[in-house]
Amino acid sequence: MNDSGTATSRVIGVRHHRREVCVTVAVWTAAMSVIGLLIWILTDIAVRGLAEIDFGFLISDMQNAGREGGIGPIILSTGLILLVCLVVSIPLSFGTAIALTERIGQETGFACNVRRSLDVLAGVPSIVFGLFGNAFFAITLGLGYSILSGGLTLACMVLPILIRTSEQALRAVPAEYQYAAAALGMKRTTILFRVVLPVAMPALAAGVVLSIGRALAETAALLFTSGYVARSPESLLDSGRSLSVHIYDLAMNVPGGGARAYATACVLVALLLMINLATAFLLRMTGVRHRSTTGGTC
Amino acid sequence: MRSDRSLTIVTRTLAAISAAIVLLIIGFLLREAAPALRQLGLSRFFTDESWHPLSSQFNLTPMIVATLVTSAGAILIAAPLGIASAVFVNFYAPHRLAVWHRRLIELLAGIPSVVFGLWGLMVLAPIVATFGGSGQNLFTATIVLGLMVLPTVALLSDAAIAALPRPWIQGAAALGMGRSAIIGWVVLPGARRGIGSGIMLALTRAFGETMAVLMLAGNIVEMPSSLLSPGRTLNANIALELGYATAGHRSVLFVSGLMLMLVVSCIVLLISHRRGHQA
Amino acid sequence: MKYFLSMSFVLLCLTLAGCTSSPSTNSNSNELSGQLTLTGSSTVAPLAAEIAKRFERQHSKVRIDVQTGGSGKGIADVRRGVADIGMASRRLASDETDLTAHQIAADGVGLIVHQSNSIAELSPDQIIAIYTDKSNNWQDVGGDDKKITVVHKAEGRATLEVFLKHFGIDNPSVKSDVIVGENEHAIKTVAGTEGAIGYVSIGTAEADIESGVPIRLLPLDGVEAKTVNVASGAFPMSRPLNLVTADPSSQLAMEFIQFCQSADVHDLVKSQYFVPITKGSDIAK
Repeated sequence: MNDSGTATSRVIGVRHHRREVCVTVAVWTAAMSVIGLLIWILTDIAVRGLAEIDFGFLISDMQNAGREGGIGPIILSTGLILLVCLVVSIPLSFGTAIALTERIGQETGFACNVRRSLDVLAGVPSIVFGLFGNAFFAITLGLGYSILSGGLTLACMVLPILIRTSEQALRAVPAEYQYAAAALGMKRTTILFRVVLPVAMPALAAGVVLSIGRALAETAALLFTSGYVARSPESLLDSGRSLSVHIYDLAMNVPGGGARAYATACVLVALLLMINLATAFLLRMTGVRHRSTTGGTC
Repeated sequence: MRSDRSLTIVTRTLAAISAAIVLLIIGFLLREAAPALRQLGLSRFFTDESWHPLSSQFNLTPMIVATLVTSAGAILIAAPLGIASAVFVNFYAPHRLAVWHRRLIELLAGIPSVVFGLWGLMVLAPIVATFGGSGQNLFTATIVLGLMVLPTVALLSDAAIAALPRPWIQGAAALGMGRSAIIGWVVLPGARRGIGSGIMLALTRAFGETMAVLMLAGNIVEMPSSLLSPGRTLNANIALELGYATAGHRSVLFVSGLMLMLVVSCIVLLISHRRGHQA
Repeated sequence: MKYFLSMSFVLLCLTLAGCTSSPSTNSNSNELSGQLTLTGSSTVAPLAAEIAKRFERQHSKVRIDVQTGGSGKGIADVRRGVADIGMASRRLASDETDLTAHQIAADGVGLIVHQSNSIAELSPDQIIAIYTDKSNNWQDVGGDDKKITVVHKAEGRATLEVFLKHFGIDNPSVKSDVIVGENEHAIKTVAGTEGAIGYVSIGTAEADIESGVPIRLLPLDGVEAKTVNVASGAFPMSRPLNLVTADPSSQLAMEFIQFCQSADVHDLVKSQYFVPITKGSDIAK
């Protein structure tokens, strides 16, 4: 009796062990193939583009439809478009996410409808965003082909991602924290700014990074809103070409522009890497401060 | 308490603005599509012989099928890989590797679709072409689309898993559960909501993606007979023809935009309905 | 004396007026100012942007913004008054006679195959047979045993219209394997597929052949597909690149269009691999 008991437990143990090994192998394979594919794409871009890049490329003006010269004005325009996009979309989506999560546990009809409409918004093709932005921001609101129109269009476009990720971030804050804070007699506003937002910060930042990625990668929506002009913009009402529009134009419209297209893609990926690193760094800074203050009060 | 009320008012207003954008866009699409809808009616977009807008043939069905096939395929690729990535980062990878993995996936999110398209065209399509044809078909497009939406699944699942209360996992481990059992019985069910919303977002993203699919799917308007046959998605159709379309043709293209929104809305409603039943 | 003074005053006025009115395209002229917006064809946009840059350098108070989006958009924008000048890589259609087209360059359309393809030339009948799915293998038209991958353009593209019109095919009867939008997309597809055939802008193809892309241009009706033959008018398949205006257009717009048509920009037209036009020649009617 006793003997057979240990035997079955050994069988179960072996079976457990085998399953453990299988899952481990599966997860490692999946993760490694993702990394492998990504490195494949990145090296492909780097091999075709890195040779073209030097400091002059980053700051000088474009020549001969982009086959010569640099991408200085284009980097500047891209930065400004991104700035407009984030300045508009971050408050809007954090606010929306707060409204969507204001009641813990139960779903209001309002929240449900807002969420549905955002899900539909996420499925709008980028070219439709472009046409809409062109008709609404550029023509109806009279902003013309401008960095402002482009940034606003992109803001509409990243909203679903940014709201979804922010909502997840806020929801992930354990409800006990909020109950505890409420029990201490804190107001909802105070709880939000002192308890919820600091805890949710890393996940909120991840959402912002994801949105920046989406915004930087967008071509079709910008072609019709922020436009094609490769001159240095003097104000937000000037038209400015973004990096991805430049890549598209070089790759699909300018014969012999391929190498420069890849070089520009390298710059774009490098910029993105810098933004990601900066976010991670900032988060570590705030994280450290956060921990030290709680440490002090304990 | 006054600040609380103003907080509610402000956030609700912001939420209403966000929700209104989609109405604005649908209104805009309707306005542009109206002439074609009034002239042709809805049924001709399903019963016509083929898609030749300049010869008054307006069948959209093959494109709707192609859109559904590529998007669903992309999710079939992205969901397991994305969730596995998130699990890997949280439970299997050594700390250093986890950090880099996360960073690489964030990078993947920011590569422009044109670059994905170029990579697919120059690298992947010639490999697929060994099975015959030009290599530009639904299969190639689906793979690249899957890669493009993978970061969305991976990062949202990662955030959802990382946000699980530590005691759950520690408790499960204390009960003697193995790592795979903890993941299967505690982590994934616990993070279900976040993972689900990641997949949802990725699906809608796949529906909305234009450029890369346009460069890779072959763009023939025919009912796809196999995964290796070329096809054209609704959004590729808009991007391909819109710039060169004149009045009537342009309006018809907006109908295909509207159709895409319709498909997306149906799926969104279906999923939220099912979720409502479960809850 | 009084008479003489007034005479000299009148003369002075005349010379001054002459000075300010005549050299309107001179580098030190300061009467041209304002802003122009161009939208339309993505084929013309890089060329127009380069010309605009040179025009701005000569007239420091002028700003020219070149946007893109396709010939259809250019024409629609000019009609609605959103843009001053539209760009179109095709002739104006019969329902667009309310606008005026100003040709600034020409562009040939040539057939391309993969470099490894042994075929030397295709007759018009063979090309029609290939595009209407009557020939499916290169063997049928005197080549190697390999399946033909037909690369075609999306509906509405100017190159497509030129191609269909030249061979007298109507679009629904074409059976293709890949449909592409841009010239570069067609070239990349043909370069990546050994059995492929497509048709693209000759200038674009020449530029890519120069940089080592493995494609080959096929002669048509015995004429080599080269930009020089398009320029001389010998090559049978070509299209105009136009600037389009609505009827009462501003002086600045006319000034810019004249500059685009002048010999001063021929080097720019050539550097973008198009064919410059000389007034009077009608390469692409």
